[in-house]
Amino acid sequence: MTRHEGQGRPTTPRWRRWHFLWLLAGTLALVSACGHQSDQAKTLTFWAMGREGEAVIQLLPAFERMHPEIHVDVQVLPWKEAHQKLLTAFAGGTTPDLAQLGNTWIAELDALHALQPLQPYVTHSKVVRPADYFPGIWATNRIDGTLYGVPWYIDTRLLFYRKDMLKAAGFAQPPRDWAEWSEQMAALTRRPGPNHYAILLPVNEFEQLLSLALQQDAPLLRDNNCYGNFESAGFKHALRFYVDIFRRKQAPLLANTEVPNPWTEIGHGVYAFYLSGAWNINEFRRRLPASQQGDWATAPLPGPDGPGAGIAGGSSLVIFRSSPHKGQAWALIEYLSQPKIQQKFYALLGDMPPRRSSWRGSVLRNDPAAQAFRSQLERVKPTPAIPEWERIVTEMQLIADRAAHGELTVDQATAELDRRTNAILEKRRWMLAHHQGRDP
Amino acid sequence: MNPHRTAWLFLAPALLVLGVFFLVPVIAALGLSLTDYDLYALANLHNLRFVGLHNYWALLHRPLFWSALGNTFYFVAVGVPLSIGTSLATALLLNSPLARCKPFFRTALFAPVVTTVVAVAVIWRYMFNTKYGLVNYALGEIGLHPVDWLGDPHWAMPTIIAFAVWKNFGYNMIIILAGLQAIPPDLYEAARIDGASAPRQFWHITLPMLRPTMLMVTILTVAGYFQLFAEPYVMTEGGPLQSTMSVLYLMYQDGFKWWNLGVASAVAFTLFVIIFAVTMLLLWFARRGERAAGGRA
Repeated sequence: MTRHEGQGRPTTPRWRRWHFLWLLAGTLALVSACGHQSDQAKTLTFWAMGREGEAVIQLLPAFERMHPEIHVDVQVLPWKEAHQKLLTAFAGGTTPDLAQLGNTWIAELDALHALQPLQPYVTHSKVVRPADYFPGIWATNRIDGTLYGVPWYIDTRLLFYRKDMLKAAGFAQPPRDWAEWSEQMAALTRRPGPNHYAILLPVNEFEQLLSLALQQDAPLLRDNNCYGNFESAGFKHALRFYVDIFRRKQAPLLANTEVPNPWTEIGHGVYAFYLSGAWNINEFRRRLPASQQGDWATAPLPGPDGPGAGIAGGSSLVIFRSSPHKGQAWALIEYLSQPKIQQKFYALLGDMPPRRSSWRGSVLRNDPAAQAFRSQLERVKPTPAIPEWERIVTEMQLIADRAAHGELTVDQATAELDRRTNAILEKRRWMLAHHQGRDP
Repeated sequence: MNPHRTAWLFLAPALLVLGVFFLVPVIAALGLSLTDYDLYALANLHNLRFVGLHNYWALLHRPLFWSALGNTFYFVAVGVPLSIGTSLATALLLNSPLARCKPFFRTALFAPVVTTVVAVAVIWRYMFNTKYGLVNYALGEIGLHPVDWLGDPHWAMPTIIAFAVWKNFGYNMIIILAGLQAIPPDLYEAARIDGASAPRQFWHITLPMLRPTMLMVTILTVAGYFQLFAEPYVMTEGGPLQSTMSVLYLMYQDGFKWWNLGVASAVAFTLFVIIFAVTMLLLWFARRGERAAGGRA
């Protein structure tokens, strides 16, 4: 290094001068090019979460070819931090143009006045047709009658089960109602051998109990979502069914952090049922050996009497009120809502599309594991659309966990849950009383 | 120029930085803790209510706060002595004239301190897995029943303590090692000539000479361990049955998960008062011990 510098020294100044000039010219050209570009192409900032964020990047080149004037800048947020990041962005005035939003967060961001009402766009759209969407999932995007999001994919939970184990226990069909389900779980628990259970229900996930609770007629909150309704006979019925599964040792008291690989364990016959979501279809295909691929299947969730409702989880696409490019953002939402693109998205990730016409594609139509989801999606039910819901459902899971551990009876648990829910909703009641409406 | 004014002039930049980045935020947080600042207030400040000391009052009536406080005290009461004991033991070993390959062991024992907590937590979660973990495998080899380390509410906190001790002891070890090396060797020489055994040398020379170092290490460790957060955040998410929920974790949940910044500020100030009181208590004990030692001499 030093030797080279020494040798080159006499010629360096002139060379350096030229180099500097070229650099300057280059920089100027770049700067002017950038300025030029920003006049023509609009950059859309799109926040997407986790796996969806990584997959959607692959769908965007085609969109940018169709709309050369739009450049999409996808920023992928980890799910765990996304909620906090969105609220912080709102507080700091740095929200993106559009975002993927877990549909239980819509009410929260609407309370902040952060979201753009979308009904005018939908009315004039040739692509987004509300009647084509499953009604339960469309409803999660309406807050007090105003539409704030377009469903992107649905996350509902249903049964994955081992066909061969059910057959060996004497059952030809998966359960259709709770009575059959109980009977099958009891039989599967009785089979000989150590360390096995009928079903895997991770105790730190709220979706399982929530699914059972949504199957009841009683609403989860009452009086305009101002008070908890967990002491209703319906919720108690669901909680008792849930807790009994653990008390009868049909499910282990394990959190999902302690079951890093449920697929292989189901392959080994540790569990015969697994109440979980659509992403597991790909996991089962990937992780179980070819010889076992015929042994597992999916079934719609059994209800108290006959096929039951399920949760309407998943994500929606929303536009932020502060965005200067709402038209372009809507163009991207329309693009991502096309059945053909939703089918591609399913092929990439296994996320269930929210439109019936997307399900007519051959990939989904010919997939037996997906068909159980198709029938479940007609029966998904929204949860109360209030900002406090996420917190309430977290309390529900914590208290249900204690009941499953035997620390609380069902009556004590539901009373405690109503007490905590009513405390959480105190501010909402005050807001309603003082503003004659939700919005100040 | 007036020397007083000159002194203030020199202090001004530091005071300005301290004021803007420390004093103002602390006062703002104190103000926040007297309100019910939440999501609705973030949307519109008209939804902010001044609630006086209600946040503190409600906190004292919240079972979760008391169980989080209990968990935190449990963590401090077991974790701090274990951590300092391990640091002292390893520092003594490293300082021993019999030890070989000292730089290697010093680096190896310090390594956990500089590793990322998230990365090593993943490894610990595997090691302590009920079914496939190395720890339960070892227990099985000697004929003991497997323990549900991170899933049993009784075992989760001990596991977190073990993790925290392993992760942190190296830091104190280095400080104590420096303290040990500062003890003049002629003291030991004199003791040996007088016929003092190794344990007596430790008790009458090493420990008294280490007293200032140990005091500082204890205060820093206690204050640090009271702010337990990262370990349960990455290992158990506060579970099972909220048995690893710490006060700081509670604050994080209230503040950044549910955006109840008023309540979270109240938690923060309560924790500050507790740490302050405990530190004062430690200093008082130390001073009393010193006086007693001085009286004996």
